[in-house]
Amino acid sequence: MSKKKNKLEAIDLNAYYGDFLALKNINVSMEENLVTAFIGPSGCGKSTFLRTLNRMNDYVDGFRVQGQILLDEQDIYRKEVQVDELRKQVGMVFQKPNPFPKTIYENVIYGLKIQGISDKTLLQETAEKTLRQTTLWDEVKDKLHKSALALSGGQQQRLCIARALAISPSVVLMDEPTSALDPISTAKIEELIYELKKNYTIIIVTHNMQQAARVSDHTAFFYMGELVEFAKTKTLFTSPKETRTQNYITGRFG
Amino acid sequence: MKLTEKIIEGLLWLSAAITILVTVGIIWVLLSESVAFFSEVSVIEFFTDTEWTPLFDVKRFGILPLLAGTFLTTAIAIAVALPIGLTIAIYLNEYADASFRAVIKPLLEILATIPTVVYGFFALTVVTPFLQQLIPGLAGFNALSAGMVMGIMIIPMISSLSEDAISAVPKSLREAAYGMGATRLQTAFGVMVPAASSGILVSIILAISRAVGETMIVAIAAGQQPRLTLNPLVPVETMTTYIVQVSLGDVPHGSLEYRTIFAVGITLFIFTFALNNISFWIKKKYQEKYD
Repeated sequence: MSKKKNKLEAIDLNAYYGDFLALKNINVSMEENLVTAFIGPSGCGKSTFLRTLNRMNDYVDGFRVQGQILLDEQDIYRKEVQVDELRKQVGMVFQKPNPFPKTIYENVIYGLKIQGISDKTLLQETAEKTLRQTTLWDEVKDKLHKSALALSGGQQQRLCIARALAISPSVVLMDEPTSALDPISTAKIEELIYELKKNYTIIIVTHNMQQAARVSDHTAFFYMGELVEFAKTKTLFTSPKETRTQNYITGRFG
Repeated sequence: MKLTEKIIEGLLWLSAAITILVTVGIIWVLLSESVAFFSEVSVIEFFTDTEWTPLFDVKRFGILPLLAGTFLTTAIAIAVALPIGLTIAIYLNEYADASFRAVIKPLLEILATIPTVVYGFFALTVVTPFLQQLIPGLAGFNALSAGMVMGIMIIPMISSLSEDAISAVPKSLREAAYGMGATRLQTAFGVMVPAASSGILVSIILAISRAVGETMIVAIAAGQQPRLTLNPLVPVETMTTYIVQVSLGDVPHGSLEYRTIFAVGITLFIFTFALNNISFWIKKKYQEKYD
C-alpha cells in the first residue's frame, strides 16, 4: 500500500450492544487524504464501526467498546477526550439528508455558531466557501434565507456536507450518503467526494459496490462483525483473497 | 342477524348523539340565561365596570375584577409550571436513560391524579403558612399560593405534552447536531426545543386553558373577594370561584344575581373554547411539518 500517513487506526477493537458482540477484533488503518469505503451486507457492523470513529454511539444504551481508535495517533476513547471537540475534527454526513428546520444559511453556519463565533464576515465567507465547495452555491445563493427543507433531497444532502465542512474537520464520515438520492444527485455527491479528498480524509459506508469501486481508494469488507478483507479497492474488486469477499462482490449473497 | 346489526348501529349513533346533545344543551342554557342577563345589564357595563358586587345592595356588574383574578392565578401557575415542566421534558428526552424514565413517568402521572380539592387544602394549609414566613404581609387567602399550587398541578400536563412534542422531532436532527460537535445542552435548546416549539406551544395553551377553568384550588386558597388588582399577595376571586360561590349560596332562581353566573360562565366558556381551538389549529399545522 501507499506510504501516506495513517489518519485513523483501529487497534483490537471490539464493540458491544449489551451482550451482543457487534464488532470482532477490528484492526485497520485509514490513510490521510484517501477515500476508504466500508462495504458488506446489512447488519455486518460497517455502520457501527463508522460510528465508533466519532463516538456517535456513546449515547446508545448498552453500547461499549474495547480496544483503541487512534486519530492522529491519539486514542479517541481516552477519558480526557471531549466528544464534542472530537466531532469538530471528525465530521459526519448521514444516510438521510437531515438539515435543521432553519434557513439554508443558518444550517451552514450552525457549527460555527455553537462554537461561539459571531463575526458576520467570517460566517458569510465560510458559508459561501463551503457552499461553493459542494457546488450548491449557484443553486441557492438567491435563497440563502429560505428554509432548507424546501430544497430537493440531493441539494439537502449537499447542504449537509457543506454544513459538515464549515467547521473544517480533517476527517469526514459518510454513512450511505446517497442511499436516499436519485442517480443524478448521487453522481454529484460522488464527484464531490473525489474533490474533497484533496483536503479531507473520507470514510464512506455504502451498500452500493459500484459506488465503492468508483469513489474509494481502499475498501474494507465487513461480514458478521468481522473485517474480512481490507485492500486497495482495485485489488479487492478484481482479485479478492477471501472466498467470502468474492461471494459478496459477485452477488452470491448480501 | 340483520336486525341486531341495526339495533347495535342505532345504539352507537345514540351514544354519539347524546354527547352532542348535552353540549348543545349546555350552550343553549348558557346563551338563553345570558341573553336574559344582558337585557338588563349592558355588555359595555359588563366589560368596562371595575366593580363586581352583584350580591350587595349597590349592585355593580363589571367582570374585570374576576378576569384580573383569573389572569393573575393563571399567570402564576404558568410561571411555575412552564420552566419546571419543560425542564422535565428536556431531561427525560435528552439526558435520562430508559430505566430512569420508566420510574419518573408514572410518578408524574400520579401528580396528575391527585384530586384538586387536595391541592386546594395543600395550598391553604401548607404553602400559604410557609410563604407567610418569607413574605410578611401575605394574606391568609391569596393568589400567589393558589397560583403556585395550581402550577404544580399542571406540571405533568406541560411535561408530558412537551415530551411528546420533543420526541416527535426526528432523531436524525439530534444526530446532526451531535455530529457537528454540539454539546447535549446546545442540542437540546438549539435544535430539539425549537423544532418542537409548536408542540410545546400547544402544551402551554392547553395548560392555560386548564388553569383558567380550574376551580377547587382557587375557591379554597385564593379567597372570594373580587378585586381589580394584579397584586398576588391579597385575596382575589376568579370567574370559576364566583360561579361556585353563587351556586352554593341562597340566591333565588331566575333573579338577576342568579343570572350573573351564566354571564360569567359563558365568558369563561368562550375563553377556554378559544384556547382549545388555537391549540387544535397549531397542532394541525405542526403535524403537516414532519410528514
